[in-house]
Amino acid sequence: MSFVAKHIEEMPPSGIRKFFDVANEIEGVISLGVGEPDFETPWAIKERGIYTIENKRLVYSSNAGLLELREEISNYLKNTIGVKYTPKGEILVTVGASEGIDAALRAVINPGDEVLVVEPSYVSYKPCVVMAGGFPVVIETTEENDFRLKPKDLLEKITPKTKALILPYPNNPTGAVMERSDLAAIEKVLKYRDIVVISDEIYSELTYGEDKHVSIASFESMRDKTIVLNGFSKAFAMTGWRLGYAAGPKDIIAAMTKIHQYIIMCAPTVSQYAGIEALTSCRSSVEKMKKEYDARRRVMRKGFLDMGLECFEALGAFYLFPSIKSTGLSSDEFAERLLFEEKVAVVPGTAFGKCGEGNIRCSYAYSIDEIKTALERIARFVKKVKAEKD
Amino acid sequence: MEKDILEILEKDSRITAEDIAVMLGKPVEEVNACIKKMEDERLICGYTILADWDKVEKEYVIAMIEVKVTPQRDAGYEAIAKRIYKFDEVKSVYLMSGAYDFMVLMEGKNIKEISHFISSKLSTLDSVTSTATHFVLKKYKDYGIVMDDDKLADERMIVSP
Repeated sequence: MSFVAKHIEEMPPSGIRKFFDVANEIEGVISLGVGEPDFETPWAIKERGIYTIENKRLVYSSNAGLLELREEISNYLKNTIGVKYTPKGEILVTVGASEGIDAALRAVINPGDEVLVVEPSYVSYKPCVVMAGGFPVVIETTEENDFRLKPKDLLEKITPKTKALILPYPNNPTGAVMERSDLAAIEKVLKYRDIVVISDEIYSELTYGEDKHVSIASFESMRDKTIVLNGFSKAFAMTGWRLGYAAGPKDIIAAMTKIHQYIIMCAPTVSQYAGIEALTSCRSSVEKMKKEYDARRRVMRKGFLDMGLECFEALGAFYLFPSIKSTGLSSDEFAERLLFEEKVAVVPGTAFGKCGEGNIRCSYAYSIDEIKTALERIARFVKKVKAEKD
Repeated sequence: MEKDILEILEKDSRITAEDIAVMLGKPVEEVNACIKKMEDERLICGYTILADWDKVEKEYVIAMIEVKVTPQRDAGYEAIAKRIYKFDEVKSVYLMSGAYDFMVLMEGKNIKEISHFISSKLSTLDSVTSTATHFVLKKYKDYGIVMDDDKLADERMIVSP
């Protein structure tokens, strides 16, 4: 007799975890499989952390987070996505955006509610919906549509039970972004419907097109039915600090704060002080990192095109999602053979949803030299596989 | 594009025009032409490396010399600066705000050589009224690069979501 709850027992483990266990066993692996920046946290932020440890009593902060931090987050959101949130009541500081996903879903789902999950996307959305008692309904996006969510595909999946839509842009793993016009089309569908949008904008600082990131919350009709999730991990290279936040209408933020209060109490206080530093003095570091990512993005994409793989031009995050269909291998086969035969770790697209089949996720959070070495090995592998096929 | 190319080359001047072209998403001909133009117009004044001479068997001393001068009529600071920077021993000359006028960086084999230069060449210039010399004991960071690389090891997991 197992004591483990049935719905947890039945939940498949993350496809990434499975792959990680294999990759970790092999020596000399070059990895393009990591979902976090290679940069160090900017020194000013670390320094603030050290100062805080030395000079503050590290006690709990208020449940919603240090007011000073919430005020800075409020300024930041006003300046970046152009939406005003009051620090008292409309902002909650979380343990990474990950906690935000969980708290947001638990705050809005009634048993049996359907939640629309755009795929390919981050691995934890569906499990979090299930754990919150909801029912995930997948909306697949395609390379033909640049992996953007189209109103037609959204409409097809909406039922009377639909409670929420998780909108994950800029997207992990595809690197896709939604431009203002794309969001305008989605807004039209949602404007007169009672569906709450959980907009995961953790990669909002990392976009490489002409236009900066646009949030669906910046549409007037959407402001009060959108929960914006963001954090410090990707933009400020602070993954290990575990610091994120949610912003949204008062009633939902109050509900999320209630959940947060019972399960976490508050985000780590040291990290919260460091977060204040990040928002007040480190925007130029973000710009520098972004420039570097952009150069690597171009180098990597050219590498894939040169070896004859199709690779759509991703304008966000730090991933490329090249198609490996022309090799005749499945994503899993490709990733596994590449790992064993050339010692390069990439993540099969299927780890991010069924529709990720035919693609692999490659992160460019690596130095250009590392990227070039990995590309050489992948090119050799692709050539070999294609020769076998012919 | 000039600014982007300069930023890339300033970090690593060995990067080829081909690579820069890919990094910036521009045609290589355009990048080459731009570099050539910047060299001709001396936006790019030279290419060099950053050596840590402390790790080489070589006797050397670096001095930073604060120099006070009386600017000359008509020529101002320019003419004096020129008379100073023309010496091969002088590596850098900056015009400064504050308590003194020039900061002069120079390198010599030893303290004796530097003091000889200062007493016989620098302080004897007509317009120089005083000097104050500081010898460098150790260089930790130069041009944005830490001499003893203290970069932390990449401890990221091989695969993460």
